Amino acid sequence: MLELKSISYLPEGEKKAEPILRDINLLLEDNHFYVITGPNGGGKSSLAKIIMGIYRPTSGKILLDGNDITDLSITERARLGIGYAFQQPPRFKGITVEKLLSLSRGNKCVGAGCNYLFEVGLCPKDYEQREVNASLSGGELKRIEIASLLSRDCRIAVFDEPEAGIDLWSFNRLTDIFEKIQQRKDVTTIIISHQERIFKLADEIILVAEGRIQGKEAQEGFLEKVINKCDCRKECQERV
Amino acid sequence: MNSLDKDLLIKIADLHEVPQGAYNIRKNGEGVERHSTANIEIKPKADKPGIDIIVKPGTRGESVHIPVIITAEGLEDLVYNTFYIGDHADVLIVAGCGIHNPGKTKAQHNGVHKFLLGKGAHIRYVEKHYGEGEGTGERILNPQTFLELDEEASAELEMVQIRGVDSTKRETKATVGREAHLLITEKMLTHGQQLAESEMTVELTGENAAVQIISRSVAQEKSKQTFYPRVTGFTKCRGHVQCDAIIMDQATVRAIPEITAHHADAQLIHEAAIGRIAGEQLIKLMTLGLSEKEAEETILQGFMK
Repeated sequence: MLELKSISYLPEGEKKAEPILRDINLLLEDNHFYVITGPNGGGKSSLAKIIMGIYRPTSGKILLDGNDITDLSITERARLGIGYAFQQPPRFKGITVEKLLSLSRGNKCVGAGCNYLFEVGLCPKDYEQREVNASLSGGELKRIEIASLLSRDCRIAVFDEPEAGIDLWSFNRLTDIFEKIQQRKDVTTIIISHQERIFKLADEIILVAEGRIQGKEAQEGFLEKVINKCDCRKECQERV
Repeated sequence: MNSLDKDLLIKIADLHEVPQGAYNIRKNGEGVERHSTANIEIKPKADKPGIDIIVKPGTRGESVHIPVIITAEGLEDLVYNTFYIGDHADVLIVAGCGIHNPGKTKAQHNGVHKFLLGKGAHIRYVEKHYGEGEGTGERILNPQTFLELDEEASAELEMVQIRGVDSTKRETKATVGREAHLLITEKMLTHGQQLAESEMTVELTGENAAVQIISRSVAQEKSKQTFYPRVTGFTKCRGHVQCDAIIMDQATVRAIPEITAHHADAQLIHEAAIGRIAGEQLIKLMTLGLSEKEAEETILQGFMK
């Protein structure tokens, strides 16, 4: 079980005293499937990065099975089984797709890692030996990123907008993978997404806006609430 | 040869035993073992130190190993090696120099290599430079490489210097004839107070001649690197220069590519980039469970591969 207690986050060195996250309290049960959604700039990615340890919270605690992991590094959290797929993955000159997948599998059996390439719609034969460099398109890179997290032996997997930059055909395939994960129920999955098809897989949907958790509940009727809660359009219309 | 010699040979030429094919092993300024084959003759030069390597036309799939090792201090070794590659021959040449300097005075090797490639000939030339030693004496390597590629000839050069060489000044000059192709890949990692300078001059003289220069380097600690790749096109030709450096600590890297066209159909491009390892790259590998140090090593290893 992963617990976030009173997490606030104000990036270091930023003079503007506007925290990105404010007093976040969240309880994520083992092997559940969560979708985080909400408007751009609302704090979703920051929340995901706080879980992975990429950002350090300004205040608050993170507990994994009751143990305080707030001060653990990215590496230490990774070794505890927390994984993260970047919204905009970095590129590496000279590192092949095969090497990246073998690293994500902890240098275990590479072949199995490459099965995940197939799952994200990339033919392993065509991609294994390619470098994760600028020769890959944004969509290819994104799918490799997702494969690298799928191939890890995670207990908590965080996907930051997996659908961003992926074409419609690959996206359908991707939702099939998430469906399988959801059915297997052997990993806590946290997906930041704006896609209705992903919402439908969620045990619970978490709405994050203005740095706060605005709601956390089962999916039924959630969409309507989301749209109503997001009253920026109304405000805008009123001003006009 | 003792175990230190053998160790150096493994590092610079992957040689675990006496190589197959033609070879010449030079130690502390003298040839210690030499072997010619039916198609490849190696003979000492009459007028100056060094050897002539003569590859018969049409020779295919054979290799030449010419490693140099230096295990003594205070030695300044200058050697001239000339390769005559016959028409349509296709050979692998493995060179390289390993210095183990045990003392306080410098140990230096200046290798002057000349390659004359006949029509349609092809070579792959692999050169590794490496230095080590418990002494404070400098380890210096100043190689000069000259190439002449006749019509339809092609050459692939892989020149690698990884660790331990205190100072290097490399000079590479080539002329590339009609339909001939030259590929130069240079990889360098410097650290400590090391200095490295690499100057390349390639002249594309024949129609449809092509050259590609790829330089990848890592400069660590207080080391300094300078690159001057220059390509000149005199006719319809193609040239591409790519310098890519990772800079770390308090190092300095200068990349000064130059392209000159004397013909309207010369297509010449240069790219040069210097930058640190991106934080995102380190973070990505750390999310896979690597420590920061392991992540850095993985990135450098890939970059220099």
